[in-house]
Amino acid sequence: MSIRRRLIVVLGACTVFTLAVMVWAPTVGSTAISLSRVFDRSVGWDSNVDAQIFFVARLPRVLAGALVGATLAAAGVVLQALLRNPLASPFTLGVSAGAALGAMLAVTTRLEFGLLGITSIPLASFAGSLAATAIVYALAASQRRGLSTNVLLLAGVTLNTFFSALILFVQYIADFAEALRAIRWMMGGLEVAGYTPIVAALPFVLLAFGAFAVLPRTLNLLSVGAEAASARGVDVAAAQRLAFFSASLATGAAVSLGGPIGFIGIVVPHLVRLLVGADHRIVLPASALFGASFLVLCDLAARTVMSPLEIPVGVVTALIGGPFFLWLLVKRS
Amino acid sequence: MTHLGKHPARRRSASAGLFLLTLLLAATLSAQAPKRIVSLIPAVTEMLFAIGAGPQVVAVSTYDVEPPEVRSLPTVGALVDPDTEKIISLRPDLVITYGCQTDLQAQLKSANIPFHDYRHGGLDHIMVTLRALGARTGHVDQAEKVTRSLQSRVDAVRQRVADKPRPRTLLVFGREPGSLRNIYASAGRGFLHDMLVAAGGDDVLSDIDRESAPVSTEMILARAPEVILELNSANRLNEHDLETVIDPWMKLSSVPAVKNKRVIVLLGSGLAVPGPRVAEGVEKMAKALHP
Repeated sequence: MSIRRRLIVVLGACTVFTLAVMVWAPTVGSTAISLSRVFDRSVGWDSNVDAQIFFVARLPRVLAGALVGATLAAAGVVLQALLRNPLASPFTLGVSAGAALGAMLAVTTRLEFGLLGITSIPLASFAGSLAATAIVYALAASQRRGLSTNVLLLAGVTLNTFFSALILFVQYIADFAEALRAIRWMMGGLEVAGYTPIVAALPFVLLAFGAFAVLPRTLNLLSVGAEAASARGVDVAAAQRLAFFSASLATGAAVSLGGPIGFIGIVVPHLVRLLVGADHRIVLPASALFGASFLVLCDLAARTVMSPLEIPVGVVTALIGGPFFLWLLVKRS
Repeated sequence: MTHLGKHPARRRSASAGLFLLTLLLAATLSAQAPKRIVSLIPAVTEMLFAIGAGPQVVAVSTYDVEPPEVRSLPTVGALVDPDTEKIISLRPDLVITYGCQTDLQAQLKSANIPFHDYRHGGLDHIMVTLRALGARTGHVDQAEKVTRSLQSRVDAVRQRVADKPRPRTLLVFGREPGSLRNIYASAGRGFLHDMLVAAGGDDVLSDIDRESAPVSTEMILARAPEVILELNSANRLNEHDLETVIDPWMKLSSVPAVKNKRVIVLLGSGLAVPGPRVAEGVEKMAKALHP
């Protein structure tokens, strides 16, 4: 099959699946709602409980889940290719730890400022992710011309550990209730209760996906090796920079929206590769689409399985993603 | 007694014996009453001071702020990080520990230091704890007085609201500032639930057998509380700040509490402490629910 036909078949199937999940997900939840009542215009908004459950409680969650899932999965693909390391994930390079540190500081110092309807915690975590990105880049670029992926990886992992230690320290000295809230944030959550946080994250995610759109061909060459890519006329340093910054920006936006939801960025890309092969022209968009539907489904499980109580979505992604991935790994080998 | 009355000498020796016995009892009691108490639980510290055992307290947890006297006392860590070395070095004769501090309890046991094992419970448990602390610290009478006064204040509230309709109420004690994310509310067990019920509210989460539960906006929309009581640890908020606190709730306009402007912020740090200030909390809640 030609690449074009495979692209159409695979992406067509993924798109249909993702759309189906996104249409279905907001209709189910811990409460039974009537769809005809949801869209009944004759009932006023203020007295239409079904409509508020659908539009205030569920739809923003589904949209946030799709956005975060797509972003983390795509960032995972990009970073695995850039670092030529199958264990790389959006959280490998310290970006999420930086975001988490920002959020922790906002929680524990009870920062209560807002900007255009965005509250302090997402703002602080996004700032933290940008700071971490800048530090890792400065370290990796300082050695020679271009980026050293080895230094990038080591600096990222070290920064991760360092930030984690700071996070633990901040939690330790925090007030008990604040520490608990901080821990809850670390488990990830998509209950955004409104569209403002999604709209705020969207421009950064779109910017990153704009970069992702031009990357696949280069990633194919980069994943073979920098020399090989260079020999084929790729400006390796520029491509690496683009990949690094776009993946970091995407991760920062996703984490500030939904918290550090684990496993998506590593399980989804590998799953997709196992199913459709290694060509990034297919793997990248398919991972984004599958990541979106996977996280929306995980969140659906999070809000219904133990109803009326909810499970943090980060716990669900790991519980479902881990064994499923291992099963697929064993089955394929 | 009539028999004794006939023999004055025997009567004298009997009363002398009774006197001696009383003395002995008092001596053993005061020997048992701890003089150096370390409390790791803020709620229990408040109780100790309320029953008059305050002067016996030599150290408290890092979270202790009430009553003001404790702020000058040395601190010895808290729930998850008790400073065992410092505790032992203070030579306490009673340590108030929380139920889950099993490591600390084992260490205290091997150091031969007595401890009182405490866990938060319902409203009744506060009364039980007050009396137990009174007996343990040699303040039986004052503990009884404090307990009765607390009980009678709570009972008075119960009586006042007995015939009134009980509004379906959600009692929120934490959420992300400025949003409706990570909302935590009191569920069907524990002192907050008991306080709400005593204050004449019908807890919308009473079917959840836990002290607290994370609640989603969907759950709040579905359970449609008539009143939302939100605890806020600030002691005072100006009009504008209060509006900022309440504003995020306006998104859930189909919830009766929101529709009828019955989202009520209760101010004060003592509200979430299961100690001697609970009566005040119950009174505040009742005032909010049944103005």
